[in-house]
Amino acid sequence: MNLVLMVWRQENARAQGHMQRIEAKDVSPDMSFLEMLDVVNEGLTEAGQSPIAFDHDCREGICGSCGVVINGVPHGPQPGTTTCQLHMRHFRDGQVIVIEPFRARAFPVIRDLMVDRSAFDRVIAAGGFITSPTGSAPDGNAMLVSKHAADTAMEAAACIGCGACVAACPNASAMLFVGAKVSHLGLLPQGQPERWSRVHAMVAAMDAEGFGGCTNFLECAAVCPKNVSSDFIGRLNRDLIGAVFLARPRVASNDAG
Amino acid sequence: MSESLRNDGRVWVPLRAGDQRPPGQIPEAERDYYLERRYPSFGNLVPRDVASRAAKAVCDENRGVGPGGRGVFLDFSDVISRQGEAVVRERYGNLFDMYERITAENPYKVPMRIYPAVHYTMGGLWVDYNLMSTIPGLFVLGEANFSDHGANRLGASALMQGLADGYFIIPYTIGSYLAGSKPGSGSADQPEFDAAKAQVRERASRLLARRGRRSATSFHRELGKLLWENCGMARTAAGLKQALARIPELREQFWREVMVPGSQEELNQSLETAGRVGDFLEFAELLCRDALTREESCGGHFRQEYQTPDGEARRDDARFAHVAVWEHRGDGAEPLRHTEPLSFENVHLAQRSYK
Repeated sequence: MNLVLMVWRQENARAQGHMQRIEAKDVSPDMSFLEMLDVVNEGLTEAGQSPIAFDHDCREGICGSCGVVINGVPHGPQPGTTTCQLHMRHFRDGQVIVIEPFRARAFPVIRDLMVDRSAFDRVIAAGGFITSPTGSAPDGNAMLVSKHAADTAMEAAACIGCGACVAACPNASAMLFVGAKVSHLGLLPQGQPERWSRVHAMVAAMDAEGFGGCTNFLECAAVCPKNVSSDFIGRLNRDLIGAVFLARPRVASNDAG
Repeated sequence: MSESLRNDGRVWVPLRAGDQRPPGQIPEAERDYYLERRYPSFGNLVPRDVASRAAKAVCDENRGVGPGGRGVFLDFSDVISRQGEAVVRERYGNLFDMYERITAENPYKVPMRIYPAVHYTMGGLWVDYNLMSTIPGLFVLGEANFSDHGANRLGASALMQGLADGYFIIPYTIGSYLAGSKPGSGSADQPEFDAAKAQVRERASRLLARRGRRSATSFHRELGKLLWENCGMARTAAGLKQALARIPELREQFWREVMVPGSQEELNQSLETAGRVGDFLEFAELLCRDALTREESCGGHFRQEYQTPDGEARRDDARFAHVAVWEHRGDGAEPLRHTEPLSFENVHLAQRSYK
């Protein structure tokens, strides 16, 4: 199949960006979206033009590196699917595909479709460590975890930190991401000792990075490639209220780094 | 797909070569569950090297399935009818979803098509028992070091090795190194740093200056195919020698004809790729050299000259019960092979049978 790509090109964070029209010819429907971009890039390179910069790593949908906005939707039209796992059979021959980077103030463009998502790393780092002895194997039955807690924590841990939630939110809010990260540890016994200070620190870091507030559009959960539920935003809010009553905010240290 | 799927799936191909019928139309009597047939006691759970070679063997007999004929069926219909779809979904739901996204086929209804592919390898950087490399202070953890896998990669253990090294070993071992060094004594304004920086800049400039005709990716593909054919699931001395003759030519051509657009003053993914392919061209040669030197078959390293009468790997413990460590002696210089003997005190080496 043949496609027309409208791709966002931007040399660096300070440069003015623009859309470039690129024809993608002889695309196999069995290609993934990123493989299609690989082929387009080979063509651009051979023609002496600069290839489209985009992030990618595992291409199995588990690392969180990839992610572009495809026809207005982060990760494209297939629900619960990362860009790398999206295949070209979901597009029509001759279709125009608009490809843009994830847009948010906290995610400055590095080049073309690559954005700097280190704000997420700093939010995670603000959460700090968990208290846990290392050096010897933990006893198998020392810490009991109910099936429900384990399953719910696992659903939260499914978050790969890709940033699609931020890109989809009209406020560029990171509440779903932070909710998932807070809940993942907050549901497990290992995460209890620092539970309240963690939620304080992560929410403070989220605000400091310039992410917007949540006004319940829930676009985040709709585009999440891992189907992380918006229930975790509720959990985050409840934990934050709990933290206000139960714990004094501790100044986040950089010990975790 | 993950190896764990073989816990419940049954692997088969059509009995007859060139059989193009869809799997549902091939009756039981015309199927060859070749792992169960060849390895009745282990069946579909034979180690990955054995399963990979067996898949390659049936495809080489023109009994492979799917477009291109490089595939075998992994069939879940038995476990689904025995335990129900819900149980299978609970166990493998994420993998089944991933398969469906890639192939647009529903593996709950039609068998998966699988084939061995390149994945993690067994080797890595040499480390001592404290996980420190030959560079003092440089510790190597997880799959980047060579220490955990033997001749066969252990299944599902990328996380295992990361956790084992990080959780159980390094907390005990890094302390003695840290105790002997002063914090903050190192800094970047030393001649060694300047020299390393200049070297990297010079290499990048060399890559960018070529403006040749071929992209780094095309060299990567050619190199990958060469290794897949000659240093893959089945190896021969002749094939390895052929690859060892071809790789230096390809490397020379790469440095002469590679085309890398852009500059090194900005983010440049093409330059990054070219740098990696340059490294692969060095490392590929080492892989072939190592495979040629090891004149036995062992785990993932299968030399066709060294097999038992029924086609299984034949080790040579008298000559090769050791780990080979190759010392880099500079660009263009032949690497030096060191050996670290493997000694077994409680369990003694024996030929294993999966029959």
